[in-house]
Amino acid sequence: MNRYRPRTLLREAAMIAVTAVIAFPLYVLVNLSLRDPRDGSSIVLPTTSPTLGNYADAWREAGLAGAIVNSVVVTAVSVAIIVAVSAMAAYPLARVTARWSRWTFLLVLLGLLLPFQLALLPLYQTIRDLNLLGTLWSLVLFYSGLQVPFATFLYVGFLRVVPREYEEAALIDGAGPIQVFWRVVFPLLRPVTGTVVILNAIFVWNDFLTPFLYLSGSDQQTIPVAIYGFIGQYVSQWNLVFAGLVIAMLPILIVYFLMQRHIIKGFAGGLKG
Amino acid sequence: MALTDWDGLSPTRNFVGLSNFREMLEDPAALGALRQTLIIAVAVTVIQNALGLLLALGVHSRIKSRNVLRVFLFAPAVMTPVVTAALWKYMLAPDGAVNGLIAALGPDSWRRNWLGDPTLALWSVIGVIVWQFAGYSMVIFLAGLQSIPQEVHEAAAMDGATGWSRFRHVVLPLLAPAMTINLMLSIIGGLKLFDQVWVMTGGGPGTSTETLSTLIYKNAFQFNEYAYSVALAIVLTVFVAIFSGGQYGLLRRRERAIR
Repeated sequence: MNRYRPRTLLREAAMIAVTAVIAFPLYVLVNLSLRDPRDGSSIVLPTTSPTLGNYADAWREAGLAGAIVNSVVVTAVSVAIIVAVSAMAAYPLARVTARWSRWTFLLVLLGLLLPFQLALLPLYQTIRDLNLLGTLWSLVLFYSGLQVPFATFLYVGFLRVVPREYEEAALIDGAGPIQVFWRVVFPLLRPVTGTVVILNAIFVWNDFLTPFLYLSGSDQQTIPVAIYGFIGQYVSQWNLVFAGLVIAMLPILIVYFLMQRHIIKGFAGGLKG
Repeated sequence: MALTDWDGLSPTRNFVGLSNFREMLEDPAALGALRQTLIIAVAVTVIQNALGLLLALGVHSRIKSRNVLRVFLFAPAVMTPVVTAALWKYMLAPDGAVNGLIAALGPDSWRRNWLGDPTLALWSVIGVIVWQFAGYSMVIFLAGLQSIPQEVHEAAAMDGATGWSRFRHVVLPLLAPAMTINLMLSIIGGLKLFDQVWVMTGGGPGTSTETLSTLIYKNAFQFNEYAYSVALAIVLTVFVAIFSGGQYGLLRRRERAIR
C-alpha cells in the first residue's frame, strides 16, 4: 500500500487527464484573451503572437476599476461586521448556561433554516423605503444580516470545545469581560475566524443576484454586475469579453492560489462543524 | 404579500386569498420552472457528488501530483459564477470551443447547438454546474477520507477486505457525515440556481431552462407581478425546507444506524 506501483502510475495518469479536461475551459479563456481579434486560427491552438491589447480595452470599457474597489469595500466591511458580531454573540451563547441563552441560540439557528429567497423581495422593499437602493450600504446590511447566523453557529460550536481556564485566569488577574473577550478569547478563535472569513469572502465577492437587484440603475457596481453588463454590451467580441473575464476573476484566483492550503482546509473544517 | 394582488408599485393592494397559488397550478410557466428546478437539483446532486467522490478518492491516493491536482480541481469552485457562466456561454456556442474540439477530434455530426437546442439546454446548464462545483464536493469528501484513521484500513486489510468490498463496507459508511453535508449543499444550491441560468440562457430557449429563481425575478422586476412572485418564493422555500429537512433526517438516521 505504501509503494508506488504500476497501478498507482495508471491512476496518476487518469487523474491528470481528468484534471486537464476540467481545466480546459480556463486554458481557452486565457488563450483567447491574449489573441488579436483578427487571428482566426483554431481556438484549441496556443496563440502565436500574444497581445495585451484586449486587456487594455476591456479595462477601459468595462469600468472594472470602480467595480473592483466596490467589491473590495463591500466584501471587507461585510466580513468584518460578520466576524465581529458573530464572535461577540457566540461568546455568551456558548458560555452562559441560563435558559435564555439556549432559546436565543435556537432563534439564531432559525435564521439558518429560512432560505433567503423568501426574504429577497420584502427586503428589497425595505431597502427601497430606506432609500438605500443603489448604495453599497444596502449590500453590507444584507450580507451581514444573512450570514451572521451561520457564522455564529460555527463560533458557538468551536467555543464549546475551547477550555475556560484561560478566561478564568484573566478574570482573576483583573480583566473585565470585554477585555477578556478581545484579549483572550478572540485570539483563541483564530482557526474558526479563518474559516468564517474565507467562506464569507468568497460568497460575498461572487454574489450576483443581490447587487444586481439593489444596485441596478446606479453607477455603483460590483464585479459580477459589471461583468454581466459588459458581456451584454460586447457579446460578439469574445476576445475583449474574455480579457474582461480574466481581469474580473484574477483577484479571487490570486487570493485562492496564495491561500489555497488554508482555504481547502477551512472549507472542509468549516463545513464539518 | 402572497395573498394580495400587489404589483409592487401601486399604492393599493387587495386581499385575494390563495388565488396566487391557484393561478400557479394552472400556469405552464410556473409548472415548467418547478419541473426544471427539480431536474436540476436532483441531477446536479447525483452527478456532482459521484464525480466529487471519485476525484476525492483519486487525489487521496498516493499519486505524486495530488497536491497540484487538488488546487486545480477546486479552482472553479471559488470563481465567480457570472464569470464561469459567461465563459461557458462561449464554450457552448455553435462556433464555440466545445464544438471546435469535437470537430478536431471526432465526426462533425456530434456538434450540437448546446444552449440553443431546447432538449439539450437544460443538460448543458447541469453540466456547467457540475463542472464548477465537483471540486467543492471533492474537498468535503477529502476531509472525510482524511479523518478515517489508518488503523481502520489496517484492520480491514487484516480481515481480508480489499478493493471494492473495503470501499463499500469500510470507507463509504465512514464518509456518511461528508455525504450528508454534500448532498444538502448541492440539492439546496440546485434548487436556488439563478446566476448561471440567467447569464447563459436567460431561461431559454423558450422556457426550457427557466428555474423558480429566474421566474421569481422575472415576475417581480419585469412583469410587475410582485405578489405572484412572492407566492413563487414561498413555494421555493417550502421545497428547500422539505428537501433539506427530510434529507437531513434521513441521512442522520443512516449515520447513526451505521455507528
